[in-house]
Amino acid sequence: MVGIIGYGAYIPKYRIKMEEIAAVWGEEAQRIKKGLGIEEKAVPGTDEDSATMAVEAGRIALARAEIDSKKIGACYVGSESHPYAVKPTATIVAEALACGNDTMSADFEFACKAGTSAMQCCMGLVKSNMIKYALAIGSDTAQGRPGDALEYSAAAGAGAYIIGNEKGEILAEIEETVSFSSDTPDFWRRQHAEFPQHGGRFTGLPAYFKHVMGAAQALFEKTGTFARDYDYFVFHQPNGKFPREVAKMLGIEEKKLSPGLVCSRIGNTYSGASLIGLARVLDDAKPGEKIFVASFGSGAGSDAFSINVTDNIVERRKEGMTVEEFIAEKEYLTYGQYVKHRRKLKSL
Amino acid sequence: MASEALPLSWRRIPERYCLIGNSCENCKTNFFPTRKICPNCRRRGKLADKTYSGKGKVYSYSLVNVVPQGFELDAPYVLAIIELEEGPRVTAQIVDCGEKDVKIGSLVKMVFRKIKEDGDEGVIHYGFKFGLVK
Repeated sequence: MVGIIGYGAYIPKYRIKMEEIAAVWGEEAQRIKKGLGIEEKAVPGTDEDSATMAVEAGRIALARAEIDSKKIGACYVGSESHPYAVKPTATIVAEALACGNDTMSADFEFACKAGTSAMQCCMGLVKSNMIKYALAIGSDTAQGRPGDALEYSAAAGAGAYIIGNEKGEILAEIEETVSFSSDTPDFWRRQHAEFPQHGGRFTGLPAYFKHVMGAAQALFEKTGTFARDYDYFVFHQPNGKFPREVAKMLGIEEKKLSPGLVCSRIGNTYSGASLIGLARVLDDAKPGEKIFVASFGSGAGSDAFSINVTDNIVERRKEGMTVEEFIAEKEYLTYGQYVKHRRKLKSL
Repeated sequence: MASEALPLSWRRIPERYCLIGNSCENCKTNFFPTRKICPNCRRRGKLADKTYSGKGKVYSYSLVNVVPQGFELDAPYVLAIIELEEGPRVTAQIVDCGEKDVKIGSLVKMVFRKIKEDGDEGVIHYGFKFGLVK
């Protein structure tokens, strides 16, 4: 048995509304809000980055796991906004979480699914008894070129998961995981380029939908389950529209989708997105319920997980802030302050 | 921009990342940052590492408007003396708040943030700051 023994999310305090960005570029806010399904997005503080958010989410996961952090044998951090091009984020995080020196550490990169890729590796290491516990984190302070469609959605947040294999500790068993990937250039950032580029509508059908549906079908086949067997669905949420369309394709009711859909209130947190969505579901899920998760990373691939919530969740989740508490604690920025926070001026 | 010496910054990682100080096992006094020798017990003292919980309260604070080089983006910020629940007092920024949000006695907890960057291409120094507990 392999599963989650502790989880935590982190969302920075600052928000910017779609109206504020739209006003600068002479766009219609209502049209953008309707088109993207996003009201406002989370913006990091001036002293926050993917490493600091990963540590904050990791500390909550550790408090919930109730384990000695020295027993963590692997620390993997997935992000597309690692603070350094060369020098791992994972060693900063492992050090700050006091994991000790005998920890396998590495950074993962796969656009928005780097965090779930890290989770799959952790599952393998723990399931094969190579290590006792492993920590997988997805954390991003995503950037969008000023004026680009991405600027309305690219947000910041992190999700951390500690994987273990002892039944008495597992709060949610990961029954199965599969991936579906192919070489699809829908979104990229070249070496030394400051902002990513994307294929516009090409990010939809051949990228997001093909891979998420591919992973979903592969998971259903491998586990012998159907969409109706699951109580919650969490999809990668680059906007509010894509996950809803996937849900429609799979015939999923809104009530099974909406608990794990937080992007309308915090934007697209990239590597953090599906992991924060899962944390939001775990904050409320009851023992015995079944959760479906499918991440998506451009380039492109999707990791799907079938997760069964256990009785341990009730006690474990008492520690630390919930996703809803993070979402509720907010302070709005003007576009000018946002430019400073995201260092969008060359002189910053 | 003035950059901090790499070995110095590196040596302070346990202190800055995990609030590791030390404590004298003889007189039970807690220290942060670490002391090389217990000032009370001198040669009879026995110092051992101690990881602080990161919980504390504001002992005093000030709003910093004119900031040192490298802290321009954070300005203005609240700089405080925090009394840790285990006793020692530390100086640190209080994040995500204005002057009006902080009171003497406000409860705070340690958060992990960027302290400073050595320009665009240098090392990033991380460490503890404090956040208000709601």
